[in-house]
Amino acid sequence: MTEDDLDRNRRHFLTVATAVTGVAGAGVAAIPFISSLRPSARAQALGAPVEVSIGSMQPGEMLRVLWRGRLVFVLRRTEEMLTRLTENADMLRDPDSAEVDQQPAYAVNDTRSVRPEYLVVEGSCTHLGCAPLEDFDVRPAEGWGGGFFCPCHGSKFDLAGRVFKGVPAPTNLRVPPHRFVRDDLILIGQDSGAA
Amino acid sequence: MARIEAEVGKPQGGLMKWIDDRFPFTETMKYHATEYYASKNFNVWYVFGVLAFVVLFIQLFTGIFLTMNYKPAATEAFASVEYIMRDVEWGWLIRYLHSTGASFFFIVVYLHMFRAMLYGSYKKPRELIWIIGMLIFLVLMAEAFAGYLLPWGQMSYWGAQVIISLFGAIPWVGDALVEIIRGDYSISDVTLNRFFALHVIALPLALIGLVFVHIVALHEVGSNNPDGIDIKKNKGADGVPLDGVAFHPYHTSKDLVAIIIFLMIFFSVVFFAPDMGGYFLEHANFEPANLTATPEHIAPVWYFTPFYAILRAVPDKLWGFILFGLSVMLPLFLPWLDRSRVKSIRYRGWIYKSALSIFVVTFFVLGWLGTMPAEPMYVLAARVFSVIYFAFFILMPYYTAIDKTKPVPERVVYHG
Repeated sequence: MTEDDLDRNRRHFLTVATAVTGVAGAGVAAIPFISSLRPSARAQALGAPVEVSIGSMQPGEMLRVLWRGRLVFVLRRTEEMLTRLTENADMLRDPDSAEVDQQPAYAVNDTRSVRPEYLVVEGSCTHLGCAPLEDFDVRPAEGWGGGFFCPCHGSKFDLAGRVFKGVPAPTNLRVPPHRFVRDDLILIGQDSGAA
Repeated sequence: MARIEAEVGKPQGGLMKWIDDRFPFTETMKYHATEYYASKNFNVWYVFGVLAFVVLFIQLFTGIFLTMNYKPAATEAFASVEYIMRDVEWGWLIRYLHSTGASFFFIVVYLHMFRAMLYGSYKKPRELIWIIGMLIFLVLMAEAFAGYLLPWGQMSYWGAQVIISLFGAIPWVGDALVEIIRGDYSISDVTLNRFFALHVIALPLALIGLVFVHIVALHEVGSNNPDGIDIKKNKGADGVPLDGVAFHPYHTSKDLVAIIIFLMIFFSVVFFAPDMGGYFLEHANFEPANLTATPEHIAPVWYFTPFYAILRAVPDKLWGFILFGLSVMLPLFLPWLDRSRVKSIRYRGWIYKSALSIFVVTFFVLGWLGTMPAEPMYVLAARVFSVIYFAFFILMPYYTAIDKTKPVPERVVYHG
């Protein structure tokens, strides 16, 4: 075959077609590998809902439980704590829980909870995931009505897990799906849609 | 057939020739060592490339022995490190060599990078060497980060929590990406297992490959020197650069001295201060990971703290992530940011000399601030120094262009 016999268009077509097929093949071959990085069936099973017994909780007491390996705070708020929630709206970034991803619909209310008394939030700072510390002392001089303080980068949250302005955390603490099975038992991780 | 047998059967230059007929051994040795000419006026800044090689070897070697006793499972990892420290014969030494080696890797690499900034080694025609070097630096950071999770201590866990959460700041795909990195809903046994795979297989392989191409690229264009001049312009009758001497045996014997001094310092730390007052091994990490409580004061290991200080200085999650990433990546663009006509600091004017000095101070101050708690004074200082850090790079095209330079000599010169 001489140079003149070459059909360059055909050769070009074959080159492009081979390359495209190869790239598509590589893309498909990548699927099982990338999928294997996602939470496995066992990890999903271990992420099952957990029951928290709250029968013996005193007002002002907080429990720390693990759900899916994540820390969850269960706080039984006092009457006084609930009153203070209404006083700080102008210092908060999202006082009305407008950010839909941060709580189920039934927790979009003044207390961000199913029952006003019990706050259930993930103890994971929405900045970089450190566990915030509870700081329930009221210090009016600092404008602090009690809440959570993240030791890593200084983010602050109120007693409904709502983030203050001027801190690195962008959103309120996340409220996990949960429901009251009985008056003294909360199921975290499952809500069957409504409270 | 008979003819070939006769040829093969008769020795014609011994084993060396037998190999050379089948593999370019002598040719490669000449090209990369005995006939690779590097400037004869190298100073102490030119030993850190070789030292990085030495530390890489220490890490690979000790790492293999650590994997023989380490268990990458959340329930066993912490205990297996204790087991290495207490029950495995000389296990403490092997582990301290590895943990100290990690910090020394960064010391050596930072000095190696600073050398390039002193003498303009990243400038044309060595841009690609610099880019490959920056990739090595990135892989090294990933390698160190993955390795730090393995002991499954408090700082391992919460440090990883913070850094992995960083990726959650990416709009839209952030949360899905974080889940793929962790392989679970939180950092768990699954995460530990995959970080182990990255730390002992994937990243070391990438590191070795990149180091290889780093050297191939270097030997293609030739080494820079403290005068930043091209020694290939002045060659003798034999074609050898007049200012060059062969890498082997001349530079290698000088490097041997550097390696011995380096090992003296290295072993002093291994034997007498393996935790370096909490900087090489953080005290919080002597406690097993506790998923319910972040340590009061959380800080990464010292080699990440300058970038961490920048991350913390930004009061916004997404911008913190962007500026953090930029602070790591900006040096990559040095070959194009630097508009000076000369390479070496010896022939640059006062502006670049001042800028580089301020940059070094800034890097150290940011490094120190990154180890301190997030109190308002420190955060404010970190903001000021972050601005200086970025200004050094962003204003570089301007100040290097107007800086007065001195004439560069034809041949290399010796100082002091």
